[in-house]
Amino acid sequence: MARARLSEGEVLDGFRVGALVHTGGMAALWEVTHPDHPLPMLMKVPRLAEGEDPAAIVSFEMEQMILPRLAGPHVPRFIASGGFDRQPYLVMERIAGTSLLPLVGDLPLPGARVAELGALVAEALDALHRQHLVHLDVKPSNILIRRHGAEDAALAVLVDFGLSRHAQLPDLMEEEFRLPYGTAPYMAPEQIMGIRSEPRSDLFALGALMYFFVTGTRPFGDPQRLSGLKRRLWRDPPPPRQLRPECPEWLQEVILRCLEVQPERRHPTAAQLAFELRHPEQVALTARAGKLRQDGWAATIRRRFHPDHQPRFRRAGAAVEEIAAAPIVVVAVDVTEQDSALGQALRTHVGHVLATLPGARVACVNVLRQNRIAMDSTLDEQGRNKHVQRLVELKHWAAPLGLPEGRVTFHVLEAVSPAEALLDYARVNGVDHIVMGARAASLRRKVLGSVSGEVAAAAPCSVTVVRVRAGE
Amino acid sequence: MRIAILTDIHANREAFEACLADAARRGAARMVLLGDIVGYGADPGWAVTRTQQLVSQGAIVVRGNHDEAAVSPGNGMTANAAAAIAWTHGVLDEPAMAFLRGLPMEVEEEDRLYVHADASSPARWLYVRDAEDARRSLEGTTARVVLCGHVHVPALFGLTATAKLVAFRPVTDAPVPLTRPRRWLAVLGSVGQPRDGDPAAAWAMLDTAANALTLHRVPYDIDAAAEKIRAAGLPEALAARLFRGR
Repeated sequence: MARARLSEGEVLDGFRVGALVHTGGMAALWEVTHPDHPLPMLMKVPRLAEGEDPAAIVSFEMEQMILPRLAGPHVPRFIASGGFDRQPYLVMERIAGTSLLPLVGDLPLPGARVAELGALVAEALDALHRQHLVHLDVKPSNILIRRHGAEDAALAVLVDFGLSRHAQLPDLMEEEFRLPYGTAPYMAPEQIMGIRSEPRSDLFALGALMYFFVTGTRPFGDPQRLSGLKRRLWRDPPPPRQLRPECPEWLQEVILRCLEVQPERRHPTAAQLAFELRHPEQVALTARAGKLRQDGWAATIRRRFHPDHQPRFRRAGAAVEEIAAAPIVVVAVDVTEQDSALGQALRTHVGHVLATLPGARVACVNVLRQNRIAMDSTLDEQGRNKHVQRLVELKHWAAPLGLPEGRVTFHVLEAVSPAEALLDYARVNGVDHIVMGARAASLRRKVLGSVSGEVAAAAPCSVTVVRVRAGE
Repeated sequence: MRIAILTDIHANREAFEACLADAARRGAARMVLLGDIVGYGADPGWAVTRTQQLVSQGAIVVRGNHDEAAVSPGNGMTANAAAAIAWTHGVLDEPAMAFLRGLPMEVEEEDRLYVHADASSPARWLYVRDAEDARRSLEGTTARVVLCGHVHVPALFGLTATAKLVAFRPVTDAPVPLTRPRRWLAVLGSVGQPRDGDPAAAWAMLDTAANALTLHRVPYDIDAAAEKIRAAGLPEALAARLFRGR
């Protein structure tokens, strides 16, 4: 049967074992090299010694199932697994980057920095959720920040899928253990109650992390017993601004929404959370933003003991389907040359999209074209600020849709190429659907080409081009 | 190697052909048939002949309860099943009967066991419907992976060394790794008479290199299969249920 540990210099299925990098509660990580795989790699080996927690073995098995199924820059690449007769192992890409754990020594961090980190993690979670995975152990040590792509942009990588739940794979953890597994300070209420299929559990954990990073205090402490864990089902944490008045209201709004006990009251998707963290000025402020102390004893007692005030959690989650039902929809509104018929048609179409997708949020975008060479004046002929004027016009266009604040945002982009600006916006903000009008047949289109055609050809998501039906 | 596993074909030519074509398209190197080649459907002769061709190309076939009953009709079947078996018995020729008679109850290959029903006592034709059935089946054999049919509703069960059992409803087209050292029992959906609410024909691919099992569904010409059942004078319910997949 398996041995307790590896040793430096030995070779396992072609992998030469290097230094021991890390020893955790459930597994050890070793540096490895292989002649066929030039990239830096780590070998994960479960702790199998007598008397160890059996969860170590099952969670290792779970990770062996899950990691090969994940793709993209937000997870370490799977290389190999095996060795059941001798020594079970899992080999993966070693991420060049550091975890968020060292930051815990520098808390509290400025709000802007916390929002930036939060957005990176939310984007990584969105990528995982769309691959049918709920991580269920989001915490500083499981998040690495690396540089990626041609622009060397910072990007979050999630590691350690030993407690994760993949909707298309058997859940070995749920069957094996009746007690909830997770990390106490970050675990969502429904996870504590044994639900392992809710993607928004990861948003709760990220909210707890952002709370901790912006205040220096963990919102629910670090309870060691189940009764202490359950306290967060009825006791709200002190609002971040009570502990740290410098925390902006909008960030408190976002964090406290993540920490809502009922998953339905949190952001519908990780992509929508990332969007809010990237657009602070567009966050709709509610009572959460202004809250300066914990709920009073009456409310707390009621939540704890009154049967009508106990949180109820759904057992089954339909992860990917629900993400699809809460898309980020961009409407490109050309307020200048759009005639009223096209503006109306565009609005009608967006109305239909929103009617079928109650979780959708809409970003109304207008591109303020800049000249390539000449320095543009920010004022128009009448001396009005063009940017502000465009915002006003966007809001005017959207008003008949009757969308509540929080479901709609307005953005004026300044760019030389409208198509490139829209494509960039869609990429950066994880947009699911672009709706835009087709420019009328005109001299302008002949000269400039079709913006909608360019966007439709290169967009990372669905594009709907709206056109007024040609008359006789 | 990729092994296509088909079960409960039930003389449904249209579904059988659709699954074989899908398996070939997905690169199956060989075939395993887990029994019930005949019964219910209207093309038993064709189904047996096609199965014999597959055997000559290296396919493994085990016996199902309908294959056994078609050779020597007995008791213990529902009225519709018994009517179909009596009809099947009448239309099969002697070489086809001899082929069905010669099918083995189970076949072991590497760490896998192929069997039609419960593996602990195959001749009793017990259903593997839930975790307790799966446990009994796995405890009755030594194979690490047991593949069976008979129920017409797909399910997957995993058993650890500590005797914990996990039950899972597999998702179509999503490979599930049959991790070691855990033992696994897969109940496959039916080719010719699905009963899980999806009328599309079911089969599965086992990839031995990746050690993973993937369930697939294939649409087929249900109208044609149902029309033949009616034309043969078989019970209407056997035709109607194909459209519902129940």
